[in-house]
Amino acid sequence: MHLDWILLIVAAWLLLGVVGVFALRRLTLVAKVLFPVGGAFGLALFGLAASSFRFSHEIAVLPVGLPGLPFHFRLDSLSAFFLMVIGCVSAGVSAFAAGYFRKGEGTPPGLLAFEYHLFLASMTLVVLADDAYVFMVVWETMALSSFFLVTANHRIVEIQRAGYLYLLIAHVGAIGILLCFGVLQANSGDYTFANMRAQDLAPFWAAMAFLLALFGFGAKAGIVPLHVWLPEAHPAAPSPVSALMSGVMLKTAIYGVLRVCFDLLHLQVWWWGLLLLVVGLATALFGVVFAAAQVDMKRLLAYSSIENIGLMFAGIGLTVLFSTYGMRPMAALALTAVLYHVASHAFFKSLLFVGTGAVLHATGERNLGKLGGLIRYMPWVAWITLIGVLASAGLPPLAGFVSEWLLLQSFLFSPGLPSPFLDMLIPVVAALIALIAALAGYTMVKFFGIIFLGQPREAKLAQAHDASGWERIGMLWLVGGCIALGLLPVDFIALIDPVTRSLVGAGLRDAVGAHGWLLVPVAIERASYGPAIFLLGVGASFALAFLLVRLFYHGRLRRAAPWDCGHPWQNARMQDTAEGFGQPIRQIFEPFFRMERELPTPFDAAPRYHVSLGDHFWHWLYLPLAASVERLARLIGLLQQGRIAVYLLYSFLTLIALLMVVKQ
Amino acid sequence: MTELGVLSQLLEIALALLLAPLLSAWVNQWRAWLQNKSAPGLLQQYRTLHKLFHKESVIAEHASRLFRSAPYIIFGCMALASAIVPTLSTDLPLSPAADAIALVGLFAVARVFISLAAMDVGTSFGTLAARREMLVGFLAEPALLMVLFSASLISKSTSLTTIVETLAQRDLAIYPSLALAGVAFSMVSLAENARVPVDNPTTHLELTMIHEALILEYSGRHLALLEWAASLKLFAYSCIGLALFFPWGVAEADAPLALLLAVPVLILKLAIGGALLALLETLSAKMRIFRVPEFLATAFLLAVIGMLVNILVGG
Repeated sequence: MHLDWILLIVAAWLLLGVVGVFALRRLTLVAKVLFPVGGAFGLALFGLAASSFRFSHEIAVLPVGLPGLPFHFRLDSLSAFFLMVIGCVSAGVSAFAAGYFRKGEGTPPGLLAFEYHLFLASMTLVVLADDAYVFMVVWETMALSSFFLVTANHRIVEIQRAGYLYLLIAHVGAIGILLCFGVLQANSGDYTFANMRAQDLAPFWAAMAFLLALFGFGAKAGIVPLHVWLPEAHPAAPSPVSALMSGVMLKTAIYGVLRVCFDLLHLQVWWWGLLLLVVGLATALFGVVFAAAQVDMKRLLAYSSIENIGLMFAGIGLTVLFSTYGMRPMAALALTAVLYHVASHAFFKSLLFVGTGAVLHATGERNLGKLGGLIRYMPWVAWITLIGVLASAGLPPLAGFVSEWLLLQSFLFSPGLPSPFLDMLIPVVAALIALIAALAGYTMVKFFGIIFLGQPREAKLAQAHDASGWERIGMLWLVGGCIALGLLPVDFIALIDPVTRSLVGAGLRDAVGAHGWLLVPVAIERASYGPAIFLLGVGASFALAFLLVRLFYHGRLRRAAPWDCGHPWQNARMQDTAEGFGQPIRQIFEPFFRMERELPTPFDAAPRYHVSLGDHFWHWLYLPLAASVERLARLIGLLQQGRIAVYLLYSFLTLIALLMVVKQ
Repeated sequence: MTELGVLSQLLEIALALLLAPLLSAWVNQWRAWLQNKSAPGLLQQYRTLHKLFHKESVIAEHASRLFRSAPYIIFGCMALASAIVPTLSTDLPLSPAADAIALVGLFAVARVFISLAAMDVGTSFGTLAARREMLVGFLAEPALLMVLFSASLISKSTSLTTIVETLAQRDLAIYPSLALAGVAFSMVSLAENARVPVDNPTTHLELTMIHEALILEYSGRHLALLEWAASLKLFAYSCIGLALFFPWGVAEADAPLALLLAVPVLILKLAIGGALLALLETLSAKMRIFRVPEFLATAFLLAVIGMLVNILVGG
C-alpha cells in the first residue's frame, strides 16, 4: 500500500518535470508552483516512509521495461530509512530552490525543474529497486540527471570540465556495480535481488562482490582515491543541486554498500570490516585536512562531505567487524551511528550548501577572501547557517554530535573483539576519529567566521540582501531537522530500530526506550547523554547570568571604535584571510598537499604571494592514467588511415581470418 | 534522584562558582611568591570581577549580537561543565545528561563561540587569536578525549560518576595507563587554560597572546563573565584531574556525612594542585607558537599510548 503511494509520488515528480519542459522560460510558474509542489511531495514521501517502518516489506512488479524483464520494487525498512532522508531533505531544498533559480545564462528554468525532479525520482527509485536491471537504469538516470544539473551553467569552461569528470567517474563506478551484480547472481541468469539473496556464494566470489561494490559505490560516495570529482562538481552545480547531491545523492552509495554487505551477501569476513575502516578513516582525514585549507566556500563544503562519507564508511567497517564476530548489540550500535550520521549529515550539509547559495546570490562571490561581515547584512542566513555550522562541527546538543557520540561509544565498547590485533587497532582508530572531529570544528569556524563575521573585505558586500521568503522557509525546515535530530535522539533511534534489526539482527530500542529522555545505548552505568537537559542547563545558566547581571548591576552599553590594542589604522585587509586561517593546517599536514608556493623577497618592488594546493592523487594516479589511455588511443589510432582502400583491406583480412577459423 | 543528590548538585555548582576565582587568585599568588614578587591578595579576583561588572560595557560599533551573547553562552557552558564533573559526590542528578564525551563537547562549544566572537569585530589580533585558539583546540580536544577514554576503558563506562566510583575503589598503586594519561592530561590542561608554556596569562606582548587576544575587544560585564568563565574552566579542569587521578574523598550516594567531609578534602586538593601549577609555570618558558602543535601532539600520542597500554596490560 505504502509502496504504491510512493510510486505515485515518483510519477507526480516526473509529471512536474514534464510540465516544466512545456513551460521552459516561464520562471514564475516554475519557481512559485513547480518547486513548492515538488517540495510538498517530498514531505508526503517523508510521511509515508516514516510510517512504513512498522511493516516487514512490500513488493511491487511494474510491467514496464524490456519484455520479460519487468521492474521489481521492494520497500523494506532500509529503503524506508533512506526514503525518509530523501523526502525530508528534498522538501527543504525544493522550498529553497523556489526562491533560488533566477533568469540568467545557461539552462532555462523549466528544463532545470525537469532535471531536478527526474533526479529526485531516480534517487527514490534507486533505494526501491529490487532487481539489478532496474537498479542500473535508475542509477544511470540519477547520474545523468545530476550531470545535467551540475552543468546548468554550461557555457563556463570549468563547469564543463567538472561535469565531464563527474560523468566519467560515475560511469567507471557504474561498471563496478554492474560487475558486482554479475557476481552476485552466481551464473543463475536471474538478476532479481530475491535471487541474489538466495544464492550461497563461495567466500572468494563473495569477496569479489564486496570489493566491486566498494569500488562502484565508493566512486559515487567519493572515497579516496575516487574523490576527485566531488570538489569539482559540487562548486560547479547551482546551490540547491549541490545540497541534494551532497546531502542525499552521496547517501545512495551508503545505501548500496549496506544493501550489498548486509542484505544481498550472507557472510562477512573480518578483513572487509578492516578494509572499510581503513579506507573510511583515510578518506575522512584526507577530506577534513583539505577542507581546512580551502579558500572557496563550496569546495570547502565538498571536502567536508568527503570527510563525513569517510566517517560513515568507518562506521560500516566497524559494523562488519562486530557482526563477523557475532557481537550483535555492538553491531547494532555501530550501524545506528552510521544511519544517524547519514540523516544528520543530510540535513546540515544541505543547509550549509543552501546557505552558501544565499550568500552567492547576495554577493556573487564564492571566494572566501572576498567575503566577510555578512552577519550584519544577512542576519537570517547567518544565524541559520550558524546552527548548521555548529551541527556540522559535531557540537552538542545538535545533530552532528549524536552520531559522533554513538560512533565513539561503539569504538569504546570494541575491546573484547576476539582478535588481539584488531583490539590494538581500536584506540588508534578512536584517536583518529576524535582528531577528525576536532579538525571539522576548525574548518567550520573558518567557514563561518570568514564569511559572516569580521569586516566586509569588499565594498560591494554592503549591498548584500538577505534571503527571500521561500529561501528562508527552506532553510528553516532544514535547520529544524538539525535541531530535532540533536534533541530527540531517543525517538529517532526507536523509529529506525527495524533497520538495524533486519540488517544485523539486533536493535537499540529496548535499551534506549527505558530511560525516557536520556539516550542510553547499552546501560545507564556505561554511558548516557541527555541533549534536552544539556540544552536546558546551558540555557538556564545563560538566562540566570543575564538576569542577575541586570538585577545586581546594569545593562549599560556604549559603542565605540574597535580597540585592537590601540592601533589607529585598521582596515578589513588586516583581518585573517581564509589562506591565513588554513596556514597552520598546511604547515602541520604538509605531506598531504602538493603545494606550489611563490614567496616574495624583501626587495621585490611589487611583492606577490601565491600558493596553490594540489591533490597528490591527481598527479600520482589520474594524470598517469589519462596519459596511458591517450597513448593506447594513439596506438589504436594507427589503424585509422582515413583511406577507403585500407579499411577494405581490414575487412578482407578479417573475412579471411574468420573463414580459416570456420574451415578448421 | 534523591534529595541528597539535588543538595549535593546545588552545593557543587555554588562551590564552583564561588571558589573558581579564588583558585585563580591562589595560583597567581603562588606564582608571584615563586618569582620573588609581592602577591596580590586572595580576594583580588573578586574585586576585579566586581569592578568590571560595575563598569559600562564598551563594544565596537559594528559588533553583532553574536559578540554580545557569546560571554553568556561561554559562562553557561562552563557552569554546566563544573556541575557535571563529580567533585563532591557521585550522586549528581545532572550527571547522566552529559558523559565524558559530552563534557569535551561542552568545552568545544565554548571554544568555538569564543573564537567566533573574536572574529566578529574583525580586528587583526582577534582573528589571529581565533586561529591560534582553534589550532590549540583541535589538538588538545582529542588528547583530552583520549585521556578520558583511558579512564573509561578501566571503568567500562564513559559516565563520569561511574569512572570516579570505579577509580576511587581501586587500590592505591601506580597504574601504567593512568600514569601516561596523567602526563598527557597535565600537558593538555596547561594548553587549554592558557598557561605557560603554551600561552601566558600575564603577557603584554600582543603577538604572543592567545586567550588575552581573544577577549581583547571585551570590557565591562562581558569581560567579567569571560574572566569568571576562564577561572571556572581552570576549576573544572582541576576537578577533572583530581577526579581521574586522585579520586579519594568523593562522597558516594546516601552519605550525608561524607558530603560534609568532601568539601574540605576538595579544597585541600585544589590548594596543593594550584601551587603545583604555579611551580610548573614558573619552571617552564613560553614556547613559540609553532612548537605548540608538537607539544600537544606529544600529549595526544601519550594519551593514545596510555589507551594501548591499558588494552595490552589491562591496568
